[in-house]
Amino acid sequence: MTLYAALFYSLAAATLICTLVAVTRRVLVHAVVWMVGSLLGTALIFLLLGAPLLAGFEVIIYAGAIMVLFLFAIMLMAQEPNEPKEVRAMVRRRLFASMFWPTVWGLAGIVACMALISFDPANTTPLTAGRVSPRALGAWVFGNAWPAVEAVSLLLFAALAGARYLGLPLVHSDRPEKIGESLDMDQPPCAVNPEDER
Amino acid sequence: MIVPLEHVLLFAAALFFIGLITVVARRNLIMILLGVEVMLNAAGVVFVAAALRWWDIAGQGMVLFIMGVAAAEIAVGLTLVFRVWRRTRSLNPDSLKTLED
Repeated sequence: MTLYAALFYSLAAATLICTLVAVTRRVLVHAVVWMVGSLLGTALIFLLLGAPLLAGFEVIIYAGAIMVLFLFAIMLMAQEPNEPKEVRAMVRRRLFASMFWPTVWGLAGIVACMALISFDPANTTPLTAGRVSPRALGAWVFGNAWPAVEAVSLLLFAALAGARYLGLPLVHSDRPEKIGESLDMDQPPCAVNPEDER
Repeated sequence: MIVPLEHVLLFAAALFFIGLITVVARRNLIMILLGVEVMLNAAGVVFVAAALRWWDIAGQGMVLFIMGVAAAEIAVGLTLVFRVWRRTRSLNPDSLKTLED
């Protein structure tokens, strides 16, 4: 086993374990932090497979920007329920019951993939080590795939406009019913009930 | 020489199925979005491995576009989740059944 192979297998195992831990956490912040570990592992695998620019982008965009966006969303929304022990045991039992069939299906899918991907060692195609320089990748993207670059930039603008529109204050009929009791982030408290001002 | 292509594909398949199970089984909108991220990531691994296998730079270019799509998807997705939360005060997708009640 060469050094490359040893590195790949250990990185793949670390990435899979991090992802598995991340998707089973109940505290959302823990899930995001484990997910950052998984993304860093993927970035190192990209580096190993000869994509240094993509490895950098994986760290900058995924582990940096997107996960921080998740953290902001969790800080805005999630309230950790402070539940008693019996409730937690019940939740765990229900979680096990609801995870059982998806896990079976997932394992079946992986086994099917193993069967589809021929596992005969004589038939495997070894990858030769290579490296694409950031300059070559940039030249290819802007030289050959510029319509796709334009499409992605249009998509990002549409996402920006869509997020801005969806983040606008809710119209009146859209509000939760008990306005006085719930925390309403759109309106200052004095504007919640116009009757009080008269 | 590094690992066979099949092993990379197997790793990516396992990653993809973890994401798929997360999307199907978790009852939390933020975790569902996280599962979608895992699946997109697995697709990126396959593209990079294929770029190395066929010695074609297009696979790596495609991963760049996947990253752009993922960023847009997560921005809109989290805003939608935030809107759902503002309306129902809950991150459970089962809370979105006002038509049923």
